[in-house]
Order: sequence, then structure tokens, then C-alpha cells
Amino acid sequence: MADINQNHIRNFCIVAHIDHGKSTLADRIIEKTGLLTSREMQEQILDNMDLERERGITIKAQAVRTVYTARNGEEYIFNLIDTPGHVDFNYEVSRSLAACDGAILIVDAAQGVEAQTLANVYLALDHDLDVVPVINKIDLPSADPDRVVDEIEDVIGIEAHDAPRISAKTGLNVEEVLEAIVERIPAPDGDPKAPLSALIFDSLYDSYKGVIVFCRIKDGTVKPGDRIRMMATGAVEQVVEVGYFGAGQFIPCEELSAGMVGYVTASIKNVRDTMVGDTITLDDRPCKEPLPGYKKVNPMVYCGMYPADGAKYPDLRDALEKLQLNDASLTYEPETSIALGFGFRCGFLGLLHLEIIQERLEREYNLDLVTTAPGVVYKIHKTDGEVIELTNPANMPDPSVIDFMEEPIVSAEIMVTSEFIGPIMELCQERRGKYLSMDYIEATRALLKYELPLNEIIYDFFDALKSRSRGYASFDYEFKGYEPSNLVKLDILINKETVDALSFIIHSDTAYERGRKMCEKLKGEIPRHLFEIPIQAAIGSKIIARETVKAMRKDVLAKCYGGDITRKRKLLEKQKEGKKRMRQIGNVEIPQKAFMSVLKLDEDK
Amino acid sequence: MWGRIGGKQGKQEVVRTVYFGGGTPSLLPAFHIEAILRTLREEFAFIDRPEITLECNPGTAETVKFSDYLGMGINRLSMGLQSANDKELEMLGRIHTYKDFCIAYEQARNAGFQNINVDVMSGLPEQTGDDYHRTLSAVIKAAPEHISSYSLIVEEGTVFGKMFSEGRLKLPDEETDRKLYQKTGEYLRAAGYERYEISNYAKQGYESKHNSSYWERIPYLGLGLGASSCYGEIRFCNTPDMQEYLKKNFAEESRRPETMPKEELIVTLSAFYSEVEVLTKQAQMEEFMFLGLRMKKGIDKVLFEKEFGQSYEAVYGTVTEKLEAEGLLNVTENHVTLTERGIDVSNYALAKFLL
Repeated sequence: MADINQNHIRNFCIVAHIDHGKSTLADRIIEKTGLLTSREMQEQILDNMDLERERGITIKAQAVRTVYTARNGEEYIFNLIDTPGHVDFNYEVSRSLAACDGAILIVDAAQGVEAQTLANVYLALDHDLDVVPVINKIDLPSADPDRVVDEIEDVIGIEAHDAPRISAKTGLNVEEVLEAIVERIPAPDGDPKAPLSALIFDSLYDSYKGVIVFCRIKDGTVKPGDRIRMMATGAVEQVVEVGYFGAGQFIPCEELSAGMVGYVTASIKNVRDTMVGDTITLDDRPCKEPLPGYKKVNPMVYCGMYPADGAKYPDLRDALEKLQLNDASLTYEPETSIALGFGFRCGFLGLLHLEIIQERLEREYNLDLVTTAPGVVYKIHKTDGEVIELTNPANMPDPSVIDFMEEPIVSAEIMVTSEFIGPIMELCQERRGKYLSMDYIEATRALLKYELPLNEIIYDFFDALKSRSRGYASFDYEFKGYEPSNLVKLDILINKETVDALSFIIHSDTAYERGRKMCEKLKGEIPRHLFEIPIQAAIGSKIIARETVKAMRKDVLAKCYGGDITRKRKLLEKQKEGKKRMRQIGNVEIPQKAFMSVLKLDEDK
Repeated sequence: MWGRIGGKQGKQEVVRTVYFGGGTPSLLPAFHIEAILRTLREEFAFIDRPEITLECNPGTAETVKFSDYLGMGINRLSMGLQSANDKELEMLGRIHTYKDFCIAYEQARNAGFQNINVDVMSGLPEQTGDDYHRTLSAVIKAAPEHISSYSLIVEEGTVFGKMFSEGRLKLPDEETDRKLYQKTGEYLRAAGYERYEISNYAKQGYESKHNSSYWERIPYLGLGLGASSCYGEIRFCNTPDMQEYLKKNFAEESRRPETMPKEELIVTLSAFYSEVEVLTKQAQMEEFMFLGLRMKKGIDKVLFEKEFGQSYEAVYGTVTEKLEAEGLLNVTENHVTLTERGIDVSNYALAKFLL
């Protein structure tokens, strides 16, 4: 394998809006290149985590290498690099793109160009990739490939006239795509004799091999025994194994040379040493400078995670530790809440990332979690000139020492059909959006540009967008920067005691409304006690909303004769079991789900 | 189990009460009831003057000869009036009217029944305090020896449950319901009835011996479809499926040796009964508490210690103290009882006694 001709390698990725058929096409490519028997074929090979399959999205970039015999009779090596399809993982996407020489752009023949289509294409073009458009789902009754071709040419500005028109689902015309890859995606260049420079686009922790680094060799050659250095982190290790990606397995080989995509293992214990975007070089013969584009990714969204059962704290710590082995963008540090006990303040790339981690902790590690409201990182400028990055509302300093506060802002692009422009603009308005522009990209569709505070979109913006546009709006955003904002800390008091885990930071204009809703919601979640319980929302010492949980009057089982005793016992046990899942705040027992329910205040709209 | 409890050969347990309930036994021709009683008397030893109760649906009165019942030894009737308001009865799906009840009640009295219970219900949909008061007054006027008063509990899977979840059932609010419940106590006390259990009131000496035995954990044998039994630490239940029930040869079970290891006994019983359950000592303690506290006399700490070999304070001291502080328990040197407030929120209080 060592002497594969660079001319016969194609490194590419597939970019698409969600649900336009990326994973299905990847499956077909793998199938048509015949590397796998049909028995090995899983429904969607690239998405090999259960969770990913259920959500229909790809979380971690992965790669697969297949062999294609083209119509010209020659064999080509295809390295298909999969990219995550969510804005939370934009940086990882950009590194995956940087490992490619071209990209297949899939556009749904019925839906046409969407916000993510644009965002992804622009990303690909930014990386100088040759983009090969493919029109998918032409078997749908509502398919209108001619219109979509025009749209691609008009909106994106790339030639799409001879774009393959396929159905990845049925396999129709997929060969056209394979030929297009050979013909239209350039072969890699790079000098195998030059000093090693290899781009890390992903990594995976394996308990036997240590960290498995996924990389694209730009220049030079790497083989077992070489001492390699990660240029950004400075970690130096000796290579144990190199190889390429079979479908779902690692296949060792003698060496990887310029133009190839593969993996390297070197007994690395921590994925933090192999940050995505970093450059691998040889320790004794380094390249002059690292490959461009590396940056350290910082968490954008934070929340507190607590074990429902306090005794499970060490289990939660172990689980986070293990997840972090594979996910350098997950951060956590211990914190203590009066209401929830010992737990962790965890940082994520975005809300989806948070949800994925939460689900993995619950499913794979069997942990029952209580999660506090997710928040963003605020910058607090104190009167003494000190600037604090606030990730936990409970740590907010007294307002008297705060000069001003800043919150993170994103630039958002929303693509929407014209009849829903009104409702979507209204939504952006409600979320404190700053209108930038609106362009009609075709007669019935417009591209809206807004600046939105990140904390207004992390909960349910996407859901609201979908429901107010009946699914016809698509959305993409990127971090813009920090801007001053009139923010306050809203506290919730239950039976006159502040519940730290329920505090959050909010814009002062919406504080009243939010406080009122939270009190209402909590009233429904807190069971009656023997005494009356006031629930209050407060800013500082000022109460802005109040609800009352009335005292329990009656809770009695009228009949209890011979045949009722087992049922009665079950009822009492249920009552007792319910208590177990309660948190004691003062003398009030609060169900754990109350902490989560306040995250979903807008559901009832 | 029959044999083990005291069928013919053994006779180690003595029958103190018999209760024909669960449905409408008064629909059964009298000679069938007589046959059942005769068989029981042949198989078991009875005390002198056992309490033998028959549940009687007021709507079946015309087909019933109360004097026949008296003749075969039945000495207590339980009549499910529920309400003196025909509209409420109709809503409850009852086949009888208030007038039917009056006729049946009078017939029973005339036949010579001197121990009658009447069931009433509070907390019915759209029921006002006045509505319920009228029912209670009507019952007090009839002057039965015993009154059971239940508040309606809407359960999932019932017609009411469905209506309730669809928002079509207008139940009195908690506050009204509680007032109704309290009023019940006041009215009945004034009329000479003592509340001796959460839902049961009786003139002195007329407390139901049968029902009390459930709360005092005296062994009982349930016969017929879906009937529960409890003998010592073993609780078991007949199948609710008629076809299955008819296939069982219970005589076979009774012929098994009287003593066998516990595990073997469970296996044997499981072949004949559904839901065979062996109560652990802990479960027995819990039941001692949550059944015993239903009664006005409450639980006896000395009896607890005698039965379980552990002091009451050691097992329940902390809980008792907490509930006493919350005003839900009255505690004396040897007894613990629920207060009025404790009765109102008895599920809350009783759940605390689960270990």
C-alpha cells in the first residue's frame, strides 16, 4: 500500500443541510465501492453510535477508505471524511474540510438550498475545496431538480448543470457520483520526502491503543518508530502504529505518506494532547511552521450537572473523565450547590453537545442526573477594573461592584419562505435580535441576517423557529463577539429560601416575564406540603413575582379491606419512592424534575 | 390452604366472622347462600354467634326474602345506598333509587335485622355540601347501627378516570371535599355514631368485627373469584379469571401435607393462587402500622414489641416524634393514634411508616 500513486487518491467529504441525505449517500458509496459484503452493511455505516442514529445526525467526524474501480479501468482510493452536521461542531467541521481536497454538495431535489447548505458550502469554498454538487431525492414526487439546479447556480454561484441527479435511497445514478469524484475532485499533492506535516481532524480514545489520531498527511511520511511532535500542545511520542480506516475498523499499514488519510497511535493517554486542528510533525526533523487554522475551542454553554442520588458523585466524576478522553471540548469542574449538593459545572460547545453528553451519561453510564438551566459565559467588568468570566449565576458578584456586563452575540442566518418572514422576524425581535439585512434569494425565499444574544437561542430557539415557520425555516449561526448588555440575576425563593440551582442571568427587560413563568411552573411541580409554600422570583431584594403552593388538605384512602391492602401498600410505596427523588430545601421537598422543568417554559406557548 | 387453616382435620383456627361481599351477593338465590354457609360450618369450627354479614344491593330487594337470610344465620346486612339523591345514583351507575333503598331497608328491619350498615359517598361530581347533608340526614333518620362513609376516589382506567382526565368531571375542590368529610364526623357523632376507623362509624358495640380483623391483621380466607387471603406471613389471591378459577382443583391443594418448608409451600400455593406473597418481618411491621393507625384506637406499642421482638421506639421512634411534632399523631405511653389532621392527610403520615 505504501506506493499508492497520489494521482489515484481522492480525499473528500460530503456537505449538506440536515436530512438532505448525507449519511445515505455515504452508505451507497461504501456499498458501490464493494469493500463490504452486504452482511457487514449496517443501515448507516458512518454513524456508528446508537445515539447518532437516533438523532439522525453525525456527531464525531470519522473517515472511511474504500477502493473504487473506475470506468477507465483504474483503481482509486477514496477517503471519505465525514463531518458533523451541527453548528455546535463548526470548528471540527472546518478541520475535517481542511483534510479534504474536494466536497460533494448534496441538495435535496424538493427542498433546495437551505441555511446549512449555504453555511457548509461557504466553509468548503473557504478551504479552497472543489465542490461537486449532487441533486438527491429525485425519486420524491415533489422533486424539482431543474429548479434546484438554478437555485444552486444563482444562490451559491457554482456550476450545477451536469450535477448527478440521484436517489441515494434507491441507489439510482450513484455511479455518476463515483465518476464525478474521480473526474472532478483533484488528487492530493504534497511531497512525501519533505518534513512531516499532518493535520489532526479527529481523535478517539481506545483503552488498548491509547489515543488514535485521525490525520491527513500534507507533506512527508510517518511510520512506526518515528518520534512525532504535536506542534500546538508540544506533546512528543513514539509512533506505535499507522493505518487507514476500513469500514468500522482500523487496518494497520507500513507508512502514511503525503496525500494519504489515516490514523496514528503512539501510546498517547489524553485526547487533550492531540487537539483537533493541531499539526503532527517529526520531532527530529520538524516542518517549518504548523498548518494554518488551529485554534483552541472554548465551551460556549455551561450548566451544572448533579447526580440525582448524591452517593453517585464519584460515578459521575468517573463518567465525565471517560467521556473527556474522547471529547476534548468537554470541560468540567467540581461545584457545590446548596440545593443539589456536589456536582460539576460542565462546559459544552453548544446545547446539542450538552444534550448529547447528558444522554450519554444517562444511557451509557446509567446515571440519573439533575441539570441546571444552561447558560452562556458572561463577562463582568467590576468597578475595580477586574474582568470575571461568569459561568455559574450563583457566583455573580454583588451588583454594587459591577460596572457593566457583556454577553456573547452570534451572527445568525435564517432562510425562510416568504409567508413566514413576519413570524420569524417577530421571533427574532422577541429574542432581542438585531436586524441586519434581508435578501430574497429567489421569488419566494429570503435570507434574513440577525445578530442574536447567544443566551436567547440556546434553549429552544430552534424549536420555536421550526414551529413558527411550520418547518420551513433553516438556521445557522457563528460566534461574533461580546457586547455590553443590561443583565440581571434572577433568584428563585422557595419558602423564603433562595434556591441557588434555579438562579440565572437574564436581560432586565424579560426578567419579569420569565420570573412569573418560573413561579407558575414551579407551583405546578412542587407537591403540597402540610404548610403553605410561597414561591417567589426576585432581583436582588426586590420580589417581582409570587405564587403559592397551598397546604395539603386531604390525602386519604377511604377504603382498606382485605383485598385492598396490597394496593394500599403500593400506593404508600409510590408516595415514599416519590420522596426519594426529592431535594430538601429548608423544610420543603422539591422534586428533581422541577429543576429541569423550568428549562421548558416556552413549551406551553 | 383451606386444610391448613383448619378445614375438617385440623380445626386449629376458629371462624369468628363471615362476609358475603364483592359484588351483589344478594342476587344469589338464598338456597345457594345457605349451601355455602352449610359447607363452611361442616368444614370449620365456628365461635358462638359469629358475625355473618351479607352485602345487599337495595335494587335487588324485591327478589330477596330477608327472613330467609336471618333463618340461615346471617345477622348483619350491609346496604350500599351511596346517596339519597337519585341523580347522583344514576351518575354512579347504580341500579337502585333512594326509594328502593327505603323499601329494602324497611323490609330488612321488619324481617328482624338488628345490625345494618349503610354505605354513603361524599365528594361526588357536582355534589354540594347541601346535597351531601341531605343524604346523611336521610341515613341518620333510618338509624342503621353502622355507617361507612367513603369519599369518591377517581381511579385511572375507570369511566370516571377517563372523564376526569378529559376534564369532564367536575369534582368538589379539595377544600369542599374536606369540609364534607369533617361534617360527616360532626353529624354522625351528634347522632350517636363513633368514628372507629377512617371511614367507618358505628353505634357503640356495633363496630364491624369482620372489617376490624383486617386492620388487626387477623388471618382471613377469601373464597371465590379474585378473593384475597392472608394467613400469617402469607398473602395470596384467587385468580380473577372465571375459566381459570373453575379449572383449579382446590381440593388437591388442601390434601397437601400441612407442614412443609416455606419455599416449597410458596411453590405449591403458586399453582393454585395468583399473587402469592410472603411478607417479610419488615412488611409485617409496616402493615401493623398502616392498618392499625386507621383505627381510632390506633396501635399498641406493647403489642408491637410482643409480636416483633423489637421495641416500638427502636423501629419507629424517630418517625413518630416527627409526625407528632407535625400534629399528625397523638402519642401516649402505650398507644399511637392519628389526630383529626392526621386522618385528613393519612397517606402522607402512613407512608412514613414504610421502612
